Amino acid sequence: MRIIHQKPALLNNRVRRKKKMKSTVFSILAAFGLAVGGTAAYAAGGKSHIEDFDFSFEGPFGKFDQFQLQRGLQVYTEVCAACHGLQYVAFRNLGDAGGPAYGPEEVKAYAAQFEVFDPELDDTRAAIPSDKFPKSALEGAPDLSLMAKARAGFHGPAGLGIFQITKGMGGPEYIASILSGYTGKEMEQAGSTLYENTAFPGGWISMPPPMADGQIDYADGHGNDVHHMAQDVSAFLMWAAEPKMMARKQLGFLGVGFLGLLTILLYLSNKQLWAPVKRKET
Amino acid sequence: MAGIPHDSYEPKSGFEKWLHVRLPIVSLVYDTLMIPTPKNLNWMWIWGIVLTFCLVLQIVTGIVLAMHYTPNVDLAFASVEHIMRDVNGGWALRYMHANGASLFFIAVYAHIFRGLYYGSYKSPREVTWIVGMLIYLAMMATGFLGYVLPWGQMSFWGATVITGLFGAIPGIGPIIQEWLLGGPAVDNATLNRFFSLHYLLPFVIVGLVAVHIWAFHTTGNNNPTGVEVRRKSKAEADKDTVSFWPFYVVKDAFALMLILVVFMAVIGFMPNYLGHPDNYIEANPLATPAHIVPEWYYLPFYAILRAITFDVLFLDAKFLGVLMMFGSIAVMMLAPWTDTSPVRSGRYRPQFKWWFWLLGLDFMVLMWCGAQPAEGLVPTISLIGAIYWFAYFLVILPVLGWKEKALPVPETIEADFDAHYPPKTSPAE
Repeated sequence: MRIIHQKPALLNNRVRRKKKMKSTVFSILAAFGLAVGGTAAYAAGGKSHIEDFDFSFEGPFGKFDQFQLQRGLQVYTEVCAACHGLQYVAFRNLGDAGGPAYGPEEVKAYAAQFEVFDPELDDTRAAIPSDKFPKSALEGAPDLSLMAKARAGFHGPAGLGIFQITKGMGGPEYIASILSGYTGKEMEQAGSTLYENTAFPGGWISMPPPMADGQIDYADGHGNDVHHMAQDVSAFLMWAAEPKMMARKQLGFLGVGFLGLLTILLYLSNKQLWAPVKRKET
Repeated sequence: MAGIPHDSYEPKSGFEKWLHVRLPIVSLVYDTLMIPTPKNLNWMWIWGIVLTFCLVLQIVTGIVLAMHYTPNVDLAFASVEHIMRDVNGGWALRYMHANGASLFFIAVYAHIFRGLYYGSYKSPREVTWIVGMLIYLAMMATGFLGYVLPWGQMSFWGATVITGLFGAIPGIGPIIQEWLLGGPAVDNATLNRFFSLHYLLPFVIVGLVAVHIWAFHTTGNNNPTGVEVRRKSKAEADKDTVSFWPFYVVKDAFALMLILVVFMAVIGFMPNYLGHPDNYIEANPLATPAHIVPEWYYLPFYAILRAITFDVLFLDAKFLGVLMMFGSIAVMMLAPWTDTSPVRSGRYRPQFKWWFWLLGLDFMVLMWCGAQPAEGLVPTISLIGAIYWFAYFLVILPVLGWKEKALPVPETIEADFDAHYPPKTSPAE
């Protein structure tokens, strides 16, 4: 299989880079002392190119795209699942709001495709929604449940990873870049084949190119070249790693909003309280 | 509380009188909250409340997390994912606990450097300072133990590296290391004892905090001028102070709330910013991460640890590094005696200021060094940074006290306060 490089025009269209970094974000972080020693920086060593894909869930206002997650699940099921497990994700989570949000019957039907071992039966049976996805089928293939949080694509200026608030730390970008980063070159090393990959630290990865353009047919007719599929499955894996992301952002807004209001009230109280001591007019 | 003259609690109602004779607890609370506090405290005096809040936050979230966590090498990582996915609000608790540790350390560093600048460690507050340093050491231990619990790659390898430090002690080192680990390597016994101690130490900190507060309530707070509150009479003391409640409670609550707004933004929008991606990979004793780094709050001391790359006489480099790392905290404890200047606050010490800010810069540079691989110029920069750290406490502070000509200090706290907020009748207005 050969990976065709993106045409520049397509690339520009697809990868709309967000240049606007809110300077307020910087100043708040700097003031808080967070700018020092952001540790997301140290992940993958070596030179590798991580493409800045544009995902719907980036930034405080970003949301998962339900249909993209569904397409991503399809890619995972038809491609990745052959080797890679998803052992911390339960089938029932596929029905959660904010995620792929399938109906109960669809979740049941989906789970039934998988065989799981039941210690009570001492045998395998078809999975039910309360089961979890199987572990990796291929030894050496890492589990993908947390992959989108276990890799950092963006290190930011001086390795501080400061773009996290608007872009995340680049986990899904890393995955998508790996999937679309094969150059087609191969080499033999110690009896195994390595494949050149522009996103992988060191440049040579042991995973063969998993996808080819048009390999999967999406029911919704969405583009099915490697670039699209890589993005879809990366979005799905971000959801798999952080299924509560939508609730988390909501908590962020609630917390900032209510505590912000309380801060204003306390500011005014403090000002009034101290006014006589400071001999100022209120 | 002894020290500054102030109104003391008078039981009024019948029940209060009855209770006061038997257990003067209302009196204790009253005297603690109504303590006369210098009225010129600036915004660097808010960190104590922030730290108290952090301690409570960590204990409350930690106790609930412990209800769902399993300290077993085969189950720990999965139980953390269980908390993140299945426990109601578990993800919020865990992110608050993990980021709460970072807020705790941001606050403690601000608190310590404030003390260093305004000479809060000087007589008669040496005990407050030393107890504070013990709290800081207990925090470092607690933070380290807690970071091991999720049983990710950095947990495991961080534990291996740090317990290895004890193994560097000549002679008895390996025995101590094995005793700490509960075996020859980091394993289930290690995880179990670390969990137990991670649960214990915060309560030790609570006790130390009570002593810390008791100590400075006895001496009274320091303040930006370093001039003591006049305490000949209550009327005099009243001119220099306001009561903690409500003046500082409201002021500190405002500052705390502002900080919590940022904290909630971090929880909501970038909760993994200060974490390491490798800790989302389950611990694997067979795969060493390319680059083992501790949490950000240990980095300056980690840099000092790695700064020694050469043996001296019969002592090997690793052991010297360990001595330097613990020594760098020990020298801070000596500050009350090595600082010979009669002037307490750095505000009136023109030369001291430069050396102080250089120490702050040194801390940042060391933090950066701790995050870098120990190659190229990094060990050399770390060594220079470590030398300056020791020199500040052991050479610069004693010499400055003797050489430096300080600026005039205000007569009273009231005079300093009036200079900022002139009385209305003052012609200066």
